[in-house]
Amino acid sequence: MDVERTKLRGLSPLDQPRSPEELRIRQLRARDMLRGDIDDADLDEYVESRVMTTTLERAQNWARGNSMFPATFGLACCAIEMMSMVSARYDTARFGAEVFRASPRQADMLILSGRVSIKMVPVIRRIYDQMLEPKWVLSMGACSSSGGMFANYAVVQGADKFLPVDIHIPGCPPRPEALIYGILKLQRKIFGEPDLGWRERYKAYGTEEDERPWKSGPLSVQRVGAAPSDGIVESHGSPPSDAELHAPISHPELSGHEAHDAWEEAADDERVTTSRPPDDRRGDA
Amino acid sequence: MPDAPGLELIAHEVNERHQGAIVGSTYEHGQAALLADKDRIREVLDYLRDAPAHEYRFLASLHAADYLPAEPRFAVHYELLNMPRVERLRVKALVPDTEDGSMPELDSVVEIFPTADFQEREVYDFFGICFRGHPDMRRILMPEDYVGWPQRRDFPVGGEPVIFTNTEDTVPGWTR
Repeated sequence: MDVERTKLRGLSPLDQPRSPEELRIRQLRARDMLRGDIDDADLDEYVESRVMTTTLERAQNWARGNSMFPATFGLACCAIEMMSMVSARYDTARFGAEVFRASPRQADMLILSGRVSIKMVPVIRRIYDQMLEPKWVLSMGACSSSGGMFANYAVVQGADKFLPVDIHIPGCPPRPEALIYGILKLQRKIFGEPDLGWRERYKAYGTEEDERPWKSGPLSVQRVGAAPSDGIVESHGSPPSDAELHAPISHPELSGHEAHDAWEEAADDERVTTSRPPDDRRGDA
Repeated sequence: MPDAPGLELIAHEVNERHQGAIVGSTYEHGQAALLADKDRIREVLDYLRDAPAHEYRFLASLHAADYLPAEPRFAVHYELLNMPRVERLRVKALVPDTEDGSMPELDSVVEIFPTADFQEREVYDFFGICFRGHPDMRRILMPEDYVGWPQRRDFPVGGEPVIFTNTEDTVPGWTR
């Protein structure tokens, strides 16, 4: 194929090729770079099999999903399972989520491992706010997802009342396998469309990097009611309108499952085309 | 722990020194308890702590209970221990609820038993019983701005109604 080299100028190698022609241009350029090591037909074959193109965003999501740093933060008995998740037996290092960071500034995943008492809420919220974007929250076990057996005055009935939670993992406590499965689900979500889901559903904005209070003026604190015990609402600029406060959350326009569904469909296709018959597999074992 | 006759002897002895400070005694399941008038609890504990025959120098625990239908409603329990004799004695201060909804009060024992400091705060935190003369009477476990006394029997259990498929339509706020 005859192509003009001038077309290459101004293109990032990570941009999606807009046409088969453009892809061919890139392959040719890669061939130029490899000239001298291998030659002719071998070189063509090598280039065509090795050079992969993708978008920067996809590459970024792939990198993020495969190296999540959880914050070192245990709340209750679930934390024991969380700890064993990184042990040699379960080994989340296989999925790149084994580096528990001691500082929220270095972490991008918060695992809520246990019941959340109302006195712990400001602490968790602060840790969450200190984490850098992008960040994800896993609610581990029945207690942090719904209050669990602690239906009483001291425990928050579901951590998603004050945090955008990405994945809820059932169990009391969930086994490490379940937690790892949740992490894999989260990975799929990150690979797909990271901004969908609970942040969208709960309108949990204001903690993103470029939305920090010191960049957009002082964070105003608004008191509701006469006594301090009636509750303090921290608002970002102006208080939410009535419509915002009472907006239905049960029917979001985007639920965050679209990306996952798409991925599962693709995985199904793959399974159909590449799977071996079951008896064959048994023969291996 | 003194046996039943021993308990009666202690009750009489305290009552001789401090008329009417002990209103009764119970001996159940091998557990001896003096029932004391709440306004004179300080005198009683002073005496049991320092009288040569008793010398219950250690307050092992201080806690409260709410016996709601019963009258008087609350009791503050003082678990005393004499270390050399390894002998325990329980003193209950009977605290009736107030008519006007104000907080029931009784004297603090922090001055004679410093360990009572945090434990009286805990009783205050959960039962709303105020201790007069406590150096720092405020909540200890619940958040400072919490409203209510959660361990009282008439305090709602809390939590949220659980949705099952058969109650989906009746739980308020969850109808589609």
